[in-house]
Amino acid sequence: MSLPSSLPCVTEISRRHAMAAALAVALVRPAGAQPERLAAVILAHTGGAAITPGRVTLDISPLVENGNAVPVTIAVDSPVDETSFVRSIALFNERNPQPDVFIAELGPRAGRAVVSTRIRLATSQKLVALAQLSDGSWWSDEALVVVTLAACVEG
Amino acid sequence: MARVLITLPQAARRGEVIEIRTLIQHLMETGYRPDAQGAVVPRDILRRFSCAYDGVEVFAMQLAPAIAANPYIAFCTVATHSGTLAFTWTGDNGFSQTETRTITVT
Repeated sequence: MSLPSSLPCVTEISRRHAMAAALAVALVRPAGAQPERLAAVILAHTGGAAITPGRVTLDISPLVENGNAVPVTIAVDSPVDETSFVRSIALFNERNPQPDVFIAELGPRAGRAVVSTRIRLATSQKLVALAQLSDGSWWSDEALVVVTLAACVEG
Repeated sequence: MARVLITLPQAARRGEVIEIRTLIQHLMETGYRPDAQGAVVPRDILRRFSCAYDGVEVFAMQLAPAIAANPYIAFCTVATHSGTLAFTWTGDNGFSQTETRTITVT
């Protein structure tokens, strides 16, 4: 994990704290187990169906100062009407204590396939957004996020 | 009762796509955080949000502890007819709250 060294608003003290927190998180975490967990939860969600990258736009800031509330918007490039619509939009993470973030259930009356919320991120990690269309196809997008202040695991 | 903020247009044209933004006051305690004594605070989160347009569910969302405190959820729906939108949040410890808003469609 690389921390940005040229942020003007971050003081030396808070940067040291953030670094110590990141180090603590890195030390208590079992190395290597997280990507497999993400793949397993995606497999359980899709039921083993093929996933194609594309059509989904995962909009999140690449550099997050506060992991306690990170705005995220997921939009799907798909028509939304009675015959063709988006069934669900889901978001998964790699290194939070739990891999799931949310599963939104949409339908033909959604009008536009877009969902916004605010999430917690425990550390710098990869996020994967998945969408299922009414024809049963799965589409995905992923984003890498650098987090300076962690959520979830601190007191 | 938790405080709720819901933003949606009061009136819309038939067939128009409207954006609905909701915010509810809730701690979303993750169940991973230690308290001052070092004991883990038990989980207390909202598990599900749904929006029903005159009784028909048009949007729903399953929430996990990774959703930030005071959950903000924004989504869209089509203004099909004048009616009532019911927003329901359910969660741990028997939490359940429903708010309704009316919309006039011309």
